[in-house]
Amino acid sequence: MFFKTALLVLRKDFAIELKSLEVFTTTLFFALSCVLIFAFAFVKEGQAPEDAAAGILWIAIAFSGTLALGRTFERERYGETLRALLLAPAPRPALYVGKLLGMLALLGVAEVLLVPLTAFLFQAALFSRPWLLVGLLAGGTIGFCAVGTLFAAMLVRARSRDVLLPILLYPITIPVIIAGVRGTAALLASPPDEPVAVMWIGILAAFDVVFVTLSLWTFEPLMTE
Amino acid sequence: MRRFFTPLAVLTALMLAYAPVLIANAPFESTMGLIQKIFYFHVPSWFAMFTGVFICGIASVVYLFKGRPQTDRLAVAAAEVAVVFGLIGLVTGPLWARKSWGVWWQWDAHLTMALIVELIFVGYLLLRAYGGPGSEKLSAAVAIFGMANVPFVYVSANIWRTVHPPTSVVPELGRTAPGMAGPFWYCVLAFMLLFTLLFSARTHLERRRAELDELYLDEEE
Amino acid sequence: MSVIRTTVSACCAWLLVASAWAFQPPPQREFVPVSQLPPTEQMPAAPLLISAYAFVWVALMVYLWTIWRRLNKVEADMQALERRMAQRSGTR
Repeated sequence: MFFKTALLVLRKDFAIELKSLEVFTTTLFFALSCVLIFAFAFVKEGQAPEDAAAGILWIAIAFSGTLALGRTFERERYGETLRALLLAPAPRPALYVGKLLGMLALLGVAEVLLVPLTAFLFQAALFSRPWLLVGLLAGGTIGFCAVGTLFAAMLVRARSRDVLLPILLYPITIPVIIAGVRGTAALLASPPDEPVAVMWIGILAAFDVVFVTLSLWTFEPLMTE
Repeated sequence: MRRFFTPLAVLTALMLAYAPVLIANAPFESTMGLIQKIFYFHVPSWFAMFTGVFICGIASVVYLFKGRPQTDRLAVAAAEVAVVFGLIGLVTGPLWARKSWGVWWQWDAHLTMALIVELIFVGYLLLRAYGGPGSEKLSAAVAIFGMANVPFVYVSANIWRTVHPPTSVVPELGRTAPGMAGPFWYCVLAFMLLFTLLFSARTHLERRRAELDELYLDEEE
Repeated sequence: MSVIRTTVSACCAWLLVASAWAFQPPPQREFVPVSQLPPTEQMPAAPLLISAYAFVWVALMVYLWTIWRRLNKVEADMQALERRMAQRSGTR
């Protein structure tokens, strides 16, 4: 029942998104312009500072993630579909998981575009240890989206929600950013520092476990009026 | 609590008035000299701040799952007092650091964690102020996530950099410099009393506001 | 409430004076020209120390004052409301 509901929510979001591809394309292009701004900000004489690529990649993920979260839930608020979902006799945490999976899919695709672009623009050897990079990106994205989905959902009915989401989300996801950036930077070192990257993946995994659990636990009382 | 407020206030004021005498007579720390004396107010501020954070977090959990309005009042009062003490810590810290380390700020574990926690609870207060109706529950979630986040920020910032004096400076105070332990714990006590004072005053304000809202509702009927 | 305010303000004033007077650095043993000391030693500690303590006091006083001000406003609103309700039940 739980996973069926989650997958149903995911399919619903997918179906709606496929019709217009609005959130998808705009998020992708926002991520692109983000990276471009950093390119103009940091590249001097054709060279970016060392490890800049790691930071830029994760900032682009964080910013586009925040935008995507806001826009996805804005659509829910506009159609009042969130209330309809909550009225349905489905376990509330399953709704959260469905929305989380949708956000993960969206950010995952954004990262598929962002990583090669960053590697290309900043001459960064991001693909030297591809599996470790995937581990870092997966751990970081799950952590970021876990907290982000909960906050975006709970702010749907609040005033000033557009600016409050980043204000509340960024301090809480700072460990994710630190771990993601330092782990990616370790992979960019020559030779790539694998034990350090693995350690940061471990920290991300712990963060993910704790915060997904916390989100599942608090989703129901938060969304109940 | 009302009966104890005035005596408590007088006691706290007297303790804080006597504190400079104790601090001035405490031995000088060998490497940092005079500037280290900021420590007697800086560290107790952080103790008070984290007490506030803790109270806010626990009250938020109870509020989110039980829904009792008194716990929400406790949570918002604790958050506000925590932000004030955090601000004190964040200003006195760099003033100390400028002299003893030569820089205003260092991105080490303690400082980063303190700054992040302060930001989270400022976010809490902003949400309460601008989130509109229903923001009590939302801010409870922020407080809970903030409290859960503390170990993660500490560990990640710790692995990232470390320059701050080691955490063990507090428990080892008795052994390394016995003359410093007395004034230090005295100041901790004074700051805890100060915290209790401010916290109860703020909770009182919140209670009166709730009563005012009730009166408005009665008037409409 | 005014008793507390007076006590606290008096202690605050005493504290500022006492802090300024009480903190004197230990005497130096031998002659070292100032320009040969490392930069952190060349900086005088007293202004930083005094600003730190002064800030603590100012911050606490300001916060107490904001609580007091908000409380006054709530009490005033309450009294106005009670008067209005008394009038209304009186004329009904």
